[in-house]
Amino acid sequence: MNQNNVILNTLTYVVFFMIFLFSIHIFLAGHFAPGGGFVGGLLMASGLLLLYVTFDLETVRKMLPINYSILVAIGLLFALGTASIGLVAGDAFFTHYFNHFQLPLLGDSELHTAMLFDTGVYLVVVGVTMMIIESIGGDQ
Amino acid sequence: MIKAVLGLALLFFSITIVICLYRAIKGPTLPDRVIALDTIGVNLLSMVAIISLLQETTAYLEVILILGILSFIGTIAFSKFIERGVIIERKSDR
Repeated sequence: MNQNNVILNTLTYVVFFMIFLFSIHIFLAGHFAPGGGFVGGLLMASGLLLLYVTFDLETVRKMLPINYSILVAIGLLFALGTASIGLVAGDAFFTHYFNHFQLPLLGDSELHTAMLFDTGVYLVVVGVTMMIIESIGGDQ
Repeated sequence: MIKAVLGLALLFFSITIVICLYRAIKGPTLPDRVIALDTIGVNLLSMVAIISLLQETTAYLEVILILGILSFIGTIAFSKFIERGVIIERKSDR
């Protein structure tokens, strides 16, 4: 049965990048606004799910050759490494540090090590969700 | 005045959701139920927008966009299930 879904394909090309940018926005705005790593990761996973629904499993694996279990491991390493910064610096476990920096394009911006922990949460949520979806949708 | 108008709009949206809920429960075929759930999602995010106007906060604006994205992806997945019988294909014959 040869059906071509041109409308869905063309829509996915546009909507996937909108979902991607919105997930990045929610992830970066999590410190001062609603959002954060968990919601951003779930939104990124839903964008990837849109790719899986529009195309098929092998095409998406060819487009994005990501091993999601390695992604989960990298996220957990980010979380553990951020927690261990305090140990190296002589403070308690999970001590966070922040300071103001003059970035070239953004100007005066406040960088916080909780951001790195949030990156770990983001990667773990994306990885676990995509592992569940791939292992359920993989076999027929 | 504006609060009364917004409350009236909330009332109308809830009536619409009740009507769509009737169609989602009673609907004779599966596509009727999917369309009803999609309409419920759209009305729900309109209600969130009106509630954020009533409470005079901008904290709910992300909720509106996320609800729109989730409703869209859910409807796409349901319609693919109705059309093909499977949501994620292993290898499509294109």
